[in-house]
Amino acid sequence: MAETAKKSRLSRSRTRSAWLFLAPMLVTLAVVAAWPLGRTIWFSFTDASLDLMSDARWVGFRNYLEYVEWGDGEGQYYGLLADARWWRSVWNTILFAVVSVSFETLFGLVIALVLNQQFRGRGLVRAAVLIPWAIPTIVSAKMWAWMLHDQFGIINDMLQGLGLISQPIAWTASPDTAMVAVLMVDIWKTTPFMALLILAGLQMVPQDIYEAAKLDGVPAWRVFRKITLPLIMPAVLVAVVFRTLDALRVFDIVYVLTPNTDATRTMSVYARENLFDYDQFAYGSAASTLLFLVIALITITFIMATRMDLEGKRS
Amino acid sequence: MKPPLWQTIGFYTLVGLIVLQAVFPFYYAILTSLEDGQALFEVNYLPKALNLANYQAMLTEGVFGKQILNSVFVATVVVILSLFLAVTAAYALSRIRFRGRGLLLLTVLSVSMFPQIAVLSGLFEVIRYFGLFNSLWSLVFSYMIFTLPFTVWVLTTFMRNLPVEIEEAAIMDGASSFTIIRRVFLPLMWPAMVTTGLLAFIHAWNEFLFALTFLSTDSQRTVPVAIALISGRSEFEIPWGNIMAASVIVTLPLVALVLVFQRKIVSGLTAGAVKG
Repeated sequence: MAETAKKSRLSRSRTRSAWLFLAPMLVTLAVVAAWPLGRTIWFSFTDASLDLMSDARWVGFRNYLEYVEWGDGEGQYYGLLADARWWRSVWNTILFAVVSVSFETLFGLVIALVLNQQFRGRGLVRAAVLIPWAIPTIVSAKMWAWMLHDQFGIINDMLQGLGLISQPIAWTASPDTAMVAVLMVDIWKTTPFMALLILAGLQMVPQDIYEAAKLDGVPAWRVFRKITLPLIMPAVLVAVVFRTLDALRVFDIVYVLTPNTDATRTMSVYARENLFDYDQFAYGSAASTLLFLVIALITITFIMATRMDLEGKRS
Repeated sequence: MKPPLWQTIGFYTLVGLIVLQAVFPFYYAILTSLEDGQALFEVNYLPKALNLANYQAMLTEGVFGKQILNSVFVATVVVILSLFLAVTAAYALSRIRFRGRGLLLLTVLSVSMFPQIAVLSGLFEVIRYFGLFNSLWSLVFSYMIFTLPFTVWVLTTFMRNLPVEIEEAAIMDGASSFTIIRRVFLPLMWPAMVTTGLLAFIHAWNEFLFALTFLSTDSQRTVPVAIALISGRSEFEIPWGNIMAASVIVTLPLVALVLVFQRKIVSGLTAGAVKG
């Protein structure tokens, strides 16, 4: 009896100390994440401006969509959802996410398969592969901006040397190639991350499966398609989802490599321009809120679909 | 059974290509940073000059030195603060059973999915309210949004996998929870803390959007923003040599860290994603 009383007192005091330990972290996250997010959403329904934030008044959905009637039965839609520039940046973001993640997965898979082989100098190769990942995004953007320079760039020099192009290309300045340039830099920079995640999945595949397949004389391509690929699929999927969420909020590369062009403006860039450059604080907040909604939906779907193990029951 | 020769050649060609594409841009940045004047505008594949003028210009003229210190300060404080907050939180989340634990962990994890832009306007208001605008503390404070969830997540997973027995004796002896963390867990946690600390450092060192928004004067800026804003009087006078020198300066420490701690970083990156 006394024993159980002591035990429950102990567990109650442990629960109390648990919350005490969690408090600093929770307060910090509330102040840097939850509260600002709530304020952003609130601003999106007001007429807030950069200088007059505290006097912001509620204006309903006006920043999102509003029908203004001119009188004689005619009128026009205004707001984010009626803004062609916004839809262009939504399209740019989706295009960027789909193309970059596809190529990163493909290249990442190839690199992971190579790194999963036994060969001399493997450690060095793995270190080299990690270098693009370690380089700050801004630095990679600048490095590539220089390599892609229309007059003095080494990429044009290479392509001309190989006879693939006859005229130098203004990669970052021309609207036709700006998105290609952004994609190139992002794929170069982020493929190592993909490769590492897929490699971790590959290393969990038991070696004796391969031995058995080899003894039975199964061709390498079939082994890959029928054994390796299904087994690493979960790891690949997790990596794809992480990267997609990341790609949807892309900002740095676009902002630095191809500033101010309709051809590459993404949702994040659009939102920041309105918030701080065009003094349309409330309107920019509405764009931020929509981007948040998109990402939240994908995240929730993902968590539901994989039924993530949060309590650590499986381990 | 040896594979046929063409396969071996093909394989090593692939390896060579992978290494070349990974290393070449940084190699070319170093090469450019060592050129000056007219040499800059000739495309060279092999080093031709060894001229430190660009480095000298970056480090002695202007505020780049101060900006490096700003970055070092922000990244270091961010690492210390997030590790401190995360270790105590991870202890509670992994070793103590209480109601709502799973939901709490889910909430913390979901914060790491937040797009930075979604909190930007709200954070801007908070930072102005606390008088932190154009102060390095605005970055220390705001960077918690991405370092903290990740650190808590990885440390919680790590702590959960430690055996129960190690703290039972301490609990029986009536040691307080804080003593248990300090005396029992901290000595065991070093590997996980080094990994998460490194990743938090790299993340804070590279961050751009908050640093661009919350700091307004040159001498307060961190290096990514500083490099992004280096410009000439016109499009034709962009000082590429200086930009490349600055890029090499801020990247070398990171590349060194990655090469030295390769294994730790890889395990940290994959723990953050695959284990979920």
